Amino acid sequence: MSILKMENIEKSFGDNHVLKGISLHVDKGEVVSIIGPSGSGKSTLLRCATFLETIDSGTITYDEKNAAETTGGKCVYAKNLNEFRRIFGLVFQNFNLFPHYTVLKNMMDAPVSVLHRDKEEVREECIALLGKMGLAEKANAYPCELSGGQQQRVSIVRALAMQPEILFFDEPTSALDPELTGEVLKVIKQLAEEKMTMVIVTHEMAFARAVSDRVIFMDGGVVVEEGDPEEVFGNTQSERMKQFLKNYDRNN
Amino acid sequence: MTLMTIITKMAEGLEKTCAIFFLTLLFAIPLGMIVALLRGSRFRPVSWFAKVYISVLRGTPLMLQLIAVTYGPYYLFGISVSRNKLIPVVIAFTINYAAYFAEIYRSGIESMSVGQYEAAQVLGYSKLQTFMKIILPQVIRRILPALTNEIVTLVKDTSIAFTVSYQEMFTIGKQIANSQTSFVPFVVAGVFYYVFNVIVGFVMGRIEKRMSYYKM
Repeated sequence: MSILKMENIEKSFGDNHVLKGISLHVDKGEVVSIIGPSGSGKSTLLRCATFLETIDSGTITYDEKNAAETTGGKCVYAKNLNEFRRIFGLVFQNFNLFPHYTVLKNMMDAPVSVLHRDKEEVREECIALLGKMGLAEKANAYPCELSGGQQQRVSIVRALAMQPEILFFDEPTSALDPELTGEVLKVIKQLAEEKMTMVIVTHEMAFARAVSDRVIFMDGGVVVEEGDPEEVFGNTQSERMKQFLKNYDRNN
Repeated sequence: MTLMTIITKMAEGLEKTCAIFFLTLLFAIPLGMIVALLRGSRFRPVSWFAKVYISVLRGTPLMLQLIAVTYGPYYLFGISVSRNKLIPVVIAFTINYAAYFAEIYRSGIESMSVGQYEAAQVLGYSKLQTFMKIILPQVIRRILPALTNEIVTLVKDTSIAFTVSYQEMFTIGKQIANSQTSFVPFVVAGVFYYVFNVIVGFVMGRIEKRMSYYKM
């Protein structure tokens, strides 16, 4: 069953045509990596999926319900977007933790004040989640007291505390120095093993190959190549992706 | 007149000085926030109104505004000037300081990264929740030094109430200075204001320290 269906998404910023009729389907339990050069529209696609950008035309469907649809050339969003927001979580490149809240409060506040869940119950869940991620002793720390890798792990557990059905990652390791990427990738890998549905925009090729069920290579606002990671990386078909991987290898 | 008598007489006016000070803060701090939010409104006439408000109240002297609010009703509508001048004085100070506070709030709100709004939006916070829980606490922390600056100025500006003969500390001092041909009341006033501001500085410093449990 697919959790997310995006069909024929078009998005322009002024004259810049970023997404050119792109489609993306994600099934339950699937891990999809999106790779591609800068400016190919990867992040914009995620931002459209999470309603941070509005699409010009196309359809966005979560759990068979339309969040946005285009009829007669006019794109209309559902009125109850916040109900759709409960379905997904997003991990940002630069974390965007709330600096004035402790780690625990960062996690607990949305479940309590947005979902109106029982505070004690949420607290127990969050503490258990922190323990699982090896952050138990950081519960009462402020984000500024944590390393970049720890901050990104906290932003992952903050998203998980909302119990999303699907989790989006927008270049989760790009703001980290190489030594700290490992701990974040390990957490994502752990979630993949637990069959968390995830869409990961990343520049970490080896990681994308190892963790994904499906890899999508985007360039110029369209999907150039898509498939099983071993197939896509091991037997690349398109010239554009071959070149991209060659440049990537040369630089690493 | 001995120094002690001068001090005692002027100290009697301190109550009124404090009344201007605290009442202005009480009303101007929230009014400034309303003006700042109106200025940020996407509805043009509203933001335009707020801009004009700020422009006029910052662009003309507080002294003129004080005279206008106190005597304007008489010249315009023939309403006699009330005996209790505290009301027009506080109104004039409030509308003037709200304009300055509004710009301080705006600088704080605009300094927030868009990522904070986006994180809150994805987590499902309403616009009001985002502002009250995520944005405002961080804005207050950021603008405290600028706010302190303005509050220190307000302490000294209370002396401008002498223009409408409101019997606060400085007005009394000025009357004594005139009748006794003495410079002493001005020295006393200077000491009063300075001590007042040392206290303000101390209190604001404590608040700043209290709020600096995290780094931005």
